[in-house]
Amino acid sequence: MSGAVRVRVDRDRCCGAGNCVVTAPEVFDQDDADGLVLLRRAEPPADAADRVRLAVELCPAGAISVAPRPVPERSSTS
Amino acid sequence: MTVAALTDLPLWPPINLDRDPLVPLDAGERRRFAGPVTRVRLPTDATAWLVTRHADVRQMLRHPGFSADLTRPGFPLLRRIPPGAFGDRRGGFIRMDGVEHTRLRRMLTAEFMIRNVRRIEPLIRQTVDRALDGLHAAGPPADLVTHVALPVPSMVICHLLGVPYADHDFFQERSRTLIDRDAPPERVQRHVRELRDYLHRLVEAKVATGERADDLLSRLARDRVDTGELALDELVGMAVLLLIAGHETTANMIGLSTLLLLRHPARYAALRDDTGHAEGLVDELLRYLSIVRTGLPRLATEDVEIGGRLIRAGEGAIAVLSLANRDRTAFDRPDEFDPYRAAQQHVAFGFGVHQCIGQPLARAELRIALVELARRFPRLRPAATAGRLPTRDSSVVYGLDALPVTW
Repeated sequence: MSGAVRVRVDRDRCCGAGNCVVTAPEVFDQDDADGLVLLRRAEPPADAADRVRLAVELCPAGAISVAPRPVPERSSTS
Repeated sequence: MTVAALTDLPLWPPINLDRDPLVPLDAGERRRFAGPVTRVRLPTDATAWLVTRHADVRQMLRHPGFSADLTRPGFPLLRRIPPGAFGDRRGGFIRMDGVEHTRLRRMLTAEFMIRNVRRIEPLIRQTVDRALDGLHAAGPPADLVTHVALPVPSMVICHLLGVPYADHDFFQERSRTLIDRDAPPERVQRHVRELRDYLHRLVEAKVATGERADDLLSRLARDRVDTGELALDELVGMAVLLLIAGHETTANMIGLSTLLLLRHPARYAALRDDTGHAEGLVDELLRYLSIVRTGLPRLATEDVEIGGRLIRAGEGAIAVLSLANRDRTAFDRPDEFDPYRAAQQHVAFGFGVHQCIGQPLARAELRIALVELARRFPRLRPAATAGRLPTRDSSVVYGLDALPVTW
């Protein structure tokens, strides 16, 4: 499954296990100060979408979520 | 449930000395516990629910309605030792819930983050090289557990924490008592006290000295104890936990992994030639061997439905990691060791907020130790032994006590 996604991380839930950084390093990072998740790109390239979904699955704390990225629309429909 | 019915329930963990070390549960045991949620009798004569499916184990370990605090009444203990025997519990965040757990764990998350573990890979490699020199000098034949599996993680965690490796006999014997389900209560009590006293003196010395060395316990002393954020006794408890978790688990994985690879010579040879694949192999080893074989016990603090079964508040449940890792709905042909499968979804490190904080370190140690072993000892094979290999059947962390090898 592919398709553009928007990623959200919840640092309050994060337990710093680091699975996301191993799975999709171009999207996730860990903060030097506390080891908790940092989002490098909220809108990752389409070819990273599967790995982002795997990172969601692997996150032990349920701290990552993805939603389909909204297709850019004309302002009148917003 | 009546007393008569209690004796009809299967005993968990099952006692079985005939099992091959690479097989977490044999076919008969798997049928008995396949449930998917089975009521079992524990060695304490309490009962608990055994949860075995991959999806159910994940749900249970991530659910806030299950507590890891073994001092709660009704907690499903796997041995007949009152939790009080473990003495001062401050700092032992593996057995805490909610914000209490988060507060202490978060003081360590930066220490074990991927970037910092990569930074110490040269140290791990150096440690492995020295251990392999030792193996070479001792044989052939020689014991891989004594010369490689035990000293490598032990030296690395000592270096990281700032604990003198020279004391390893002392703390290895004591940490082994603490995770041995058959150890008599007085011995557990004495060994936990001695280990705590030892680390108390060490940590106290680190706090007292104005100069701060560059090790984890010194950093915590400076950044957390000096600032009043962390009590000295909490730091001692964290040190006990890290020291035990830091060497017992990885040591047993190195020993069992070597045995498994020596039974698959082509896989062992491939490690030398295809090191890029070593990370995938490590995950498959973790999945296949699942060394925390007695599972992770929890107490339900609210009614929760798991695998179609209502587990009520006050009841115990045990997440069986080894069976979840052999669940065919999660892994194709789960009983096959296949280093090329996508095994990352295994739960060998647990799941939920307690998932192993040291997993990047464990993975790196295991990968480097196995790759270097395959490089330096391409002709390694098991040495002839009389009888079965000595295994740790009563330990919370399963493993081999010895693995004689030759080359």
